[in-house]
Amino acid sequence: MSRAAVTGLGVVAPGGIGVKEYWELLTAGRTATRTITHFDPNGFRSRMAAECDFEPAHHGLSPQQIRRMDRCAQMAVVAAREALTDSGVLGEAPPERIGVSLGSAVGCTVSLEREYVVVSDGGARWEVDPGYGAPHLYHSLVPSSVAAEVAWVAEAEGPVTMVSTGCTSGLDAVGHGARLVADGQADVVVAGAADAPISPITVACFDAIKATSPSNDDPQHASRPFDLERNGFVLGEGAAVLVLESPEHAARRGARVYATIDGFANRCNAFHMTGLKPDGVEMAEAIRLALAEAGLPASAVDYVNAHGSGTKQNDRHETAAIKRALGPHAYDTCVSSIKSMVGHSLGAIGSLELAASVLAIHHDVVPPTANLHTPDPECDLDYVPLTAREKPVDVVLSVGSGFGGFQTAVVLRAPGEATGE
Amino acid sequence: MSEPGTPIAVVTGMSAVTAIGVGLETYWANLLDGACGIRPLSRFDTTGYPTRLGAEVVDFDSRAVPGRLVVQTDRWTHFGLWAGEQALAHAGLDPAQLPGYALSVHTASSSGGNEFGQHEMQGLWSVGPQRVGAYQSIAWFYAATTGQLSIRHGMKGWCGVLVAEQAGGLDTCAQAQRALAQGSAVVLTGATEAPLAPAVLTCHIASRLVSTADDPQRAYLPFDEAANGFLPGEGGAMLVVEPADRARTRGAHRYGVIAGHAATFDPRPGSDRPPRLRHAVEQALDDADARPGDIDVVFADAHGSRPADQAEARALTEVFGRCGVPVTTTKAATGRLAAGSPALDVVTALLAMRDGVLPHVVNVHRPAVDLDLVLGAPRPARPRTALVLARGYAGFNSALVVRAPEPDPRHPGSTEQGTASSAQ
Amino acid sequence: MLAEKFTLSDLIEIMRARAGVAEGVRLDTAIGDTSFLELGYDSLAVLEIQARIAERVGVSMPDDAVSRMPTPNAAVEFVNQQLAQGR
Repeated sequence: MSRAAVTGLGVVAPGGIGVKEYWELLTAGRTATRTITHFDPNGFRSRMAAECDFEPAHHGLSPQQIRRMDRCAQMAVVAAREALTDSGVLGEAPPERIGVSLGSAVGCTVSLEREYVVVSDGGARWEVDPGYGAPHLYHSLVPSSVAAEVAWVAEAEGPVTMVSTGCTSGLDAVGHGARLVADGQADVVVAGAADAPISPITVACFDAIKATSPSNDDPQHASRPFDLERNGFVLGEGAAVLVLESPEHAARRGARVYATIDGFANRCNAFHMTGLKPDGVEMAEAIRLALAEAGLPASAVDYVNAHGSGTKQNDRHETAAIKRALGPHAYDTCVSSIKSMVGHSLGAIGSLELAASVLAIHHDVVPPTANLHTPDPECDLDYVPLTAREKPVDVVLSVGSGFGGFQTAVVLRAPGEATGE
Repeated sequence: MSEPGTPIAVVTGMSAVTAIGVGLETYWANLLDGACGIRPLSRFDTTGYPTRLGAEVVDFDSRAVPGRLVVQTDRWTHFGLWAGEQALAHAGLDPAQLPGYALSVHTASSSGGNEFGQHEMQGLWSVGPQRVGAYQSIAWFYAATTGQLSIRHGMKGWCGVLVAEQAGGLDTCAQAQRALAQGSAVVLTGATEAPLAPAVLTCHIASRLVSTADDPQRAYLPFDEAANGFLPGEGGAMLVVEPADRARTRGAHRYGVIAGHAATFDPRPGSDRPPRLRHAVEQALDDADARPGDIDVVFADAHGSRPADQAEARALTEVFGRCGVPVTTTKAATGRLAAGSPALDVVTALLAMRDGVLPHVVNVHRPAVDLDLVLGAPRPARPRTALVLARGYAGFNSALVVRAPEPDPRHPGSTEQGTASSAQ
Repeated sequence: MLAEKFTLSDLIEIMRARAGVAEGVRLDTAIGDTSFLELGYDSLAVLEIQARIAERVGVSMPDDAVSRMPTPNAAVEFVNQQLAQGR
């Protein structure tokens, strides 16, 4: 893939709205997980989440936008605006050369559930009452409306789509956006992801498969990727948007380039919708392909931004995949999971992780894995426990796993090397 | 798509699930026969609903889907699993004989597992969290069908899911082409939908774009003077796409080539900038290295509301001239299947090429647009190149060009030419 | 109290309704000692079966219940233990 340059970043994350606040949280190793406040979580198995203190009106959304958009779309739009401002790209490219590739795993579930409760009168009837349907219900039914809202903000009239591959959506959407740039279908792609899954139906569905942590007494320390005591993930929410440009376009307008996306690959395990084999073969294959596309050897990887969800199975699977793909270098590089701090926001997290990866390159700092106190003998890499680490970061590998068997790897690189200058 | 080194993407297998027939040839025969699948909804009591019609698939027996999968997936995935298997069989492929990394699946979905999700929400809100089943986590989300198809057929290559309402059904075919360029040998692509449960229909009704007519023959009349909205339907299509060289080498029948694609997006509502469907058409033609005169038939988006129909007619007239190309749609017969329709239209276009006939638009008699609509009866023709259009709610536009297969350079006069002449 | 005894037939009914039946498998009383996995039920299926049992008989299931019911007979025994303890 010819490269795509990252020229703007925007973030809505638990513990901080905006890139600056987000990076402060991550580098301080602070956790944003807490007891759920969005609804009364009594009666649920896992009653914690990493919630955003997000008031759309405080971020410039109009009353009609707020009414029309699901929380997920509101977050996406606020993150997109920050990224567009940051990049200075608005007005620099004709609308037909601007695209959008937005990821989301579960779309507008908060609105859909809220309105379902009304039309069914609290689940009382299968044949719900359409007379109680809110006017913008269809906007919530089709999650592509989130991509549309972002396209309107970005004044995009090129290719616009939503990528929805479960928990790898945020990586796959940015990868897809990078391909649109590389293929020449757009000069600028506003790429990223958003999810706002903290609602009863989503919390209940992860309760049902015991995927989330039940450590309700200690929410701040419940998300424990790679720790021996880990017992499931903690749900999160948020959005992250990256402005991607062709390196030529970025250079022509003298844009600041944070990093470039040099490699992207996805493989499926074709094994199980939720289960992972411990060997990590397919994720390793995705990593191998992404590095090959970037033209980099395994030894070039300075930092692996891990999926690190904190389930028993995932962290073992991922550790095996990293070792399989990077060989002995797996022990020399560092690996961390920001889910320890911002939880697992399903489709959004991949883009939040890419934003963190870009910032790691920009600042030469690796965010830590919080809550990692007791090493798991099966997870024996350098997971940067508790404290951020200053070190030169030129190449980052960000990986993800999703329900459905998706395994994705993205390779990012510091700009100096990427432009070949 | 015409970049050097990019494999030519040929379609070697197809399947269809629709309200006018389950199975490729049943669907096609009934379409040419002028069947209309719009009927009173039977899966729930529609009393009190302003919309009581839809294109429900009534001939699908979920026992055609393995029993363990039926319970863990929504009806939309049932269709997808069945159609995927049929398309692979139609292509004469046994995925188990191929390396997993060479196999990909790319689908589109516009609203996921509606009926399944409503059932679980009802349990949650009427009883409690303990009523939500283990399968909600894998049945409702948009990636369910791709994931299940990947597992069922051992497809370990690049797999994906796009969501762009109708437009996603074409965009995913373009993803299949990209997957071949990335090294996949076989891509299963397409889309199915099942949007006829009470809560999802309520969402459709809220859009005020859905027809409220009571006469099934007069309820969804795209391009007609009496157009008054569309009716959602169930079903869709799956296709098997392979590199031309590979298909030729293994002696597979090639139904056509995915020749070009483009996606655009309309300006935000209230903008004075023009809509962008026309540009999607022009860019797709460019991508296919085709001129407007090369297009033998257009499968239209056919929204069924006056402003949307007029806008589509205007875009087509701007590119092809007044009545410059035959235009048809399957949707008056099958209902509007969101992402399922464009995938079905690609299949239909290739069948039209195979059999030398353009299907007609059922029920439409008084067109309100200046288009060469195929009306009244199927039209004999020799289509070699077709354009399929899709518009997704909120401004998505997608255009795909498909071509009849190139004659085999080593065996001039081989299968596809024979098929074309035998159909005259 | 007989009604509170959970039987293999009760379990089979739940398995059939909520987890489906794999190709080539016959759910009859001879399956009692065959593992759920061999019967075509993965961990998600067992979680689903377990949740429906809990609902049917009104006991709560501990988090490790799945690992304690590898076969239908083991599941029936485990559920009846839970019932006895709950009394």
